[in-house]
Amino acid sequence: MAELAEAGALRGARLRLSTLLWRHPRVKLALLLAAPVLAFSVVYLGSLVSLFISAFWQVDAFTAKVIHTWTLDNFRTLWDDHTYWRITGRTIGIAAAVTVTDAVLAFPLAYFMARLASGRTRAALFVLVLLPLWSSYLVRIYAWRTILAKNGALNWALNAIGLPDANIAYTNWAMWIVFSYVWLPFMILPVYAALERIPDNYLEASQDLGAKGSRTLRSVILPLALPGIVAGSIFTFSLTLGDFITPALVGGAGSSFIGNVVEEQVGQPNIPFAAAFATVPVIIMGIYLVIARRLGAFEAL
Amino acid sequence: MESRASRAGLGIATVLVIAFLWLPLLLIMAYAFNGSTIQSWPISNFTLHWFHEAWHDEEARSSLGLSLKVGAIATTIAVVLGTAAAAAIYQFRFFGREAVSFLLLLPLALPGIITGMALNSAYNFAGVPLSTLTIVIGHATFCVIVVYNNVLARMRRSSPSLVEASMDLGADGWQTFRWVIWPVLSTALIAGGLLAFALSFDEVIVTFFTAGAQETLPIYILNHIQRGQDLPVVNAIVFVVIIVTVIPVTIAQRLTGGDAGVLRRGTTGSKV
Repeated sequence: MAELAEAGALRGARLRLSTLLWRHPRVKLALLLAAPVLAFSVVYLGSLVSLFISAFWQVDAFTAKVIHTWTLDNFRTLWDDHTYWRITGRTIGIAAAVTVTDAVLAFPLAYFMARLASGRTRAALFVLVLLPLWSSYLVRIYAWRTILAKNGALNWALNAIGLPDANIAYTNWAMWIVFSYVWLPFMILPVYAALERIPDNYLEASQDLGAKGSRTLRSVILPLALPGIVAGSIFTFSLTLGDFITPALVGGAGSSFIGNVVEEQVGQPNIPFAAAFATVPVIIMGIYLVIARRLGAFEAL
Repeated sequence: MESRASRAGLGIATVLVIAFLWLPLLLIMAYAFNGSTIQSWPISNFTLHWFHEAWHDEEARSSLGLSLKVGAIATTIAVVLGTAAAAAIYQFRFFGREAVSFLLLLPLALPGIITGMALNSAYNFAGVPLSTLTIVIGHATFCVIVVYNNVLARMRRSSPSLVEASMDLGADGWQTFRWVIWPVLSTALIAGGLLAFALSFDEVIVTFFTAGAQETLPIYILNHIQRGQDLPVVNAIVFVVIIVTVIPVTIAQRLTGGDAGVLRRGTTGSKV
């Protein structure tokens, strides 16, 4: 009897609580949101804001302590020193080259997946694209480091067909290949999603109106796939822009990216200068996102 | 619609791109069985010796332990925060709703170096020494979105009338959760958790900035590659790491019925 009464009381309490939450949905909302929003605002946003504020501070050359006086010196140094311009140019240039390469490689595969493959083949291709995306990015860079090395598989293959060694290890070429490789799945998926959404009868209509295959591709498929390509480019471009591991592992001397300088400055430690330089990719991405939004990439994500 | 020639061309291009994606992975996996200590292709003399060496390598073991620990704690935090946020976004329309999903996406959308540096400088200013806990916080910030996306996608596909029916039949909140919501959500939660774990297990950049003397497995690998030290042992570890990440991703995909949206690590976020 006592047990039953206890169970009844417990159920009564639970019912009262459920009713309370049902009647006062705001309480429920607050309970659900409090933890994630507080954690993110305090830890994450707080850190981001403090980082960008510190870009306007300085480090004392002797004590290595951060001096909290407002100054634009970090930005002035960045502006005046040609080295930083060159590094920024290299970073943007390779990010752009990688984006174009990935778009070119992704399109035929995405097209095949979306419009030609049978259900089963499509599912298999999906897994074949996703597994590399999720497998360790460090491991994939390391794989290329061994492939491109002097005694690696690339030179072995070249020699086997009678060609001389390709000495591209530790060069900008190596970075271009490795970045294109590492981010390729990020391009394939949005392009696939965009192509899959094109209704078949658009293509039929184009054909009925007398367009050849190439004309249909240019006037119907590419414009409709563009938002997907731009969506993919957000990833390939942004991820390349912020990277420092790839240049460190497969780039040569003098192939630093913005990320490498930032990493080095954090280690100094000169966080204010690192923060100032880190605003450069953030601003570039900001501009890029505005353009991408115009091109309809956000609906394609 | 496509001519036979263009079909053939697209088929060949597809095979080539898939080969491009997979050959490097297969190649580096083959190196794990290399009998020689010299890293050259082709490998010579098949051996399992390096797996044995790796298993008995103290440093590798402790870094594996740390990676598992960080992954488990970060995943737990991500599951709790991600599910709560998904429930709030799904059930309510409120001011700042868009901002919340944007906020959760930010750590994945911004380059890892920004997140890593931001946390690093915040710890620095706050005088918090770098430790396992600081790594866990770093990982949890970018893992939340993965769970959130999975759970929210599942909620959107389930009918809200189920919950109402349960309440109408007299069930209290807990009973509704246990018998109606949980059966619908459980696989999405497990899938989200597995993916969050896979993400944490591989992460290098944020870890690089939030770890002090601690070494997670990716940091161990990075240090050894850079120094060119014990590469045969690293190869064996790399083999295991590839297998270990493939398994949770495959299971997660099964659990969500091969739903495309779930595994799109980068792209799912902004679908919200």
